[in-house]
Amino acid sequence: MRKTVCFFVLALAVLVFATGPAVAGTLDEVKARGYLIAGVNGGVFGFSMPDDKGTWKGLDVDTAKAIAAAVFGDAEKIKFSALTAVQRLPALQSKEIDVLCRNTTQTLTRETTNGLNFVHVNYYDGQGFLVPKKLGVKSAKELKGATVCVLPGTTTELNVADFFRKHNMEWKPVVIEQPAELNKAFFSGRCDCLTSDASQLAAHRSVAPNPDDYVLLPEIISKEPLAPVVRHGDDQWYDIVNWSVMALIQAEEFGITSKNVDEMLKSKDPGIQRFLGVTPGMGKALGLDERWAYNIIKQLGNYGEIFERNVGVNTPLKLERGLNALWTEGGLMYAAPFR
Amino acid sequence: MANTGSSENVPFWFDPKKRSIGAQILALCMVGLLSWYLISNVLHNLEKQSIATGFGFLKKEAAFEIGESLISYSAADTYARALVVGALNTVKVAFIGIVLTIVLGTVIGIARLSKNWLVSRLAGAYIEVMQDIPVLLQLFFWYAVFYESLPAPRLALNPVPGVFLCNRGVMLPVLESHPAHFYILLAFVLGIVFSVYLKRWAKKRRDATGKPFPVFTLSAFMVLGLPIMVWLGFGMPVKMDVPRLSGFNFEGGTTLSPEFMALLMGLVLYTAAFVAEVVRAGIQSVGKGQREAAMSIGLKGGQVLTLVILPQALRVIVPPLTSQMLNLTKNSSLAVAIGYPDFVSVANTTINQTGQSIEGVALIMIVYLFFSLATSAFMNWYNRRVALVER
Repeated sequence: MRKTVCFFVLALAVLVFATGPAVAGTLDEVKARGYLIAGVNGGVFGFSMPDDKGTWKGLDVDTAKAIAAAVFGDAEKIKFSALTAVQRLPALQSKEIDVLCRNTTQTLTRETTNGLNFVHVNYYDGQGFLVPKKLGVKSAKELKGATVCVLPGTTTELNVADFFRKHNMEWKPVVIEQPAELNKAFFSGRCDCLTSDASQLAAHRSVAPNPDDYVLLPEIISKEPLAPVVRHGDDQWYDIVNWSVMALIQAEEFGITSKNVDEMLKSKDPGIQRFLGVTPGMGKALGLDERWAYNIIKQLGNYGEIFERNVGVNTPLKLERGLNALWTEGGLMYAAPFR
Repeated sequence: MANTGSSENVPFWFDPKKRSIGAQILALCMVGLLSWYLISNVLHNLEKQSIATGFGFLKKEAAFEIGESLISYSAADTYARALVVGALNTVKVAFIGIVLTIVLGTVIGIARLSKNWLVSRLAGAYIEVMQDIPVLLQLFFWYAVFYESLPAPRLALNPVPGVFLCNRGVMLPVLESHPAHFYILLAFVLGIVFSVYLKRWAKKRRDATGKPFPVFTLSAFMVLGLPIMVWLGFGMPVKMDVPRLSGFNFEGGTTLSPEFMALLMGLVLYTAAFVAEVVRAGIQSVGKGQREAAMSIGLKGGQVLTLVILPQALRVIVPPLTSQMLNLTKNSSLAVAIGYPDFVSVANTTINQTGQSIEGVALIMIVYLFFSLATSAFMNWYNRRVALVER
């Protein structure tokens, strides 16, 4: 779309005209500005989507808010920038946003040639296929000759090409940049199947005209560790974003929730005392207020609370914790020690 | 240093010729310095963020699939080939779009001037409506029409034997390849060459003797008749590759995708409205007296149009028509919105997979610049020709 091209040109202009060595770090810039700018997805229910009042809701949104809470002590000092898959990396590279929380998969290329760093994963995902029930397909290996709806500029686009190549099957992609347009095309039958990360497919299905008409195929064809992203070259900012995510996970492991966090301040556990800033040191090391982790948990809750609130079994998405359970409960969520 | 040895002994800064050369050198230096500054700044910033630079990525494996292609392409091919596929898709929709736009625009432009009240009002309404709705909305509309209103492949409409309509596109039968095709094509080309010579000869004869010659009838006979005779000579091969349902989709024949059809319809219907106005203005620019004079010397209706009105109208029509053709080509980049794999769409994906946006945007600019300059060059050549004919 023209808009996309304009966007690139703007992004490039920043690269072209930004002068000399960087003076201030991202933390100083954010503090001087008074709010954090986070790049998010414009429309994936449960991960990031504005509700009917225009308030951003979702797992990625809450992750970004955790960073604002750590920096300002106020999770609402944040502005969201809705980005398409194609726009997201240039937006971060050209400093239009401070952090990208937009279900972005960590890959080698993105961390090297794109000049970005991924912090701790906030959702372990994998790519699947959504098909209409009436198609009668039981496995992704029966999709020979199928037309597949896919978002451009994603790892998904590459995985699905690899999958069909590996199994030596013909297929036709329909590549549309706006998720809303893509969904419309799929639900009206333009494609035989929609492929994306399984969590997103669940989200898309939940907004289908008739969700029960669609079924997820059993194959998960890729690993998609989704994590917030920052630019290369600002280690302090990387640490802040990384440890904000880990604080959410560590709080769940400690059993600290938004409801009991005030009582936990009186805990005798030295680990919890360090974590909540009762014993000072952690905040200073990050360049933040000593109450940074307390502020995150008080305002947003721990990872488990965020998960259940946005995508858990009691939401329309009905996602199990699965890989996203704590390591102590058979999942992969594992925070490094806070000491 | 002060004097340059000219006879009047004028200091060089008062010599207008030398002064203008100096100014140009100065301007050139400033442009050079500015671009050096910008380029080195970009490289510095990219290096600081450790983002890769250069066009080396073109040789790497693209690893993504493209929906439709004029040349063979698979995910195992390089980014360079993927971009060529995208560029050819742009050329395909732009070329077919331009031809259809000119035909439709001319018809509507002439209809706009019709003495029939209903015809001229209908043409007028078409022009107003189409010009006033943004082309992106029209694309969404046509795309939705295709996938919302047409049935699934298994319930495809079959209006004519061998032709299928469904939400996967329009499936058409194609001729199975046969050695006769080459000779039929040859006969067709021969027919065209013959017509060109015939036209020149007839013009020369008319200039010398004043006798007319039925060039058009004879040319039409040669261009169409020769291939048909060859076809008959080969025993009328008519074996068709007919599309048939297999699994999810149709196999065989050729498929026009809904994305292509929607893009083509949107662009043609939108641009034709502008072309119609251009054609109307061109025809109206020829004075009424010209037509009356032509009729008074006994020319027939068709001759009045082709010999008197059109040559003068074309002079007015061609330059704005060129800019409409360029508009159509550039608007084809809106294809991204409805998923037609044009050059911008493929380049966008390439940019995103490689992260090299500067190189990608530079390629987009170069390719569109090339398309536009090539179109302009052709139309300028044509414009010079019609301008000469007119005098």
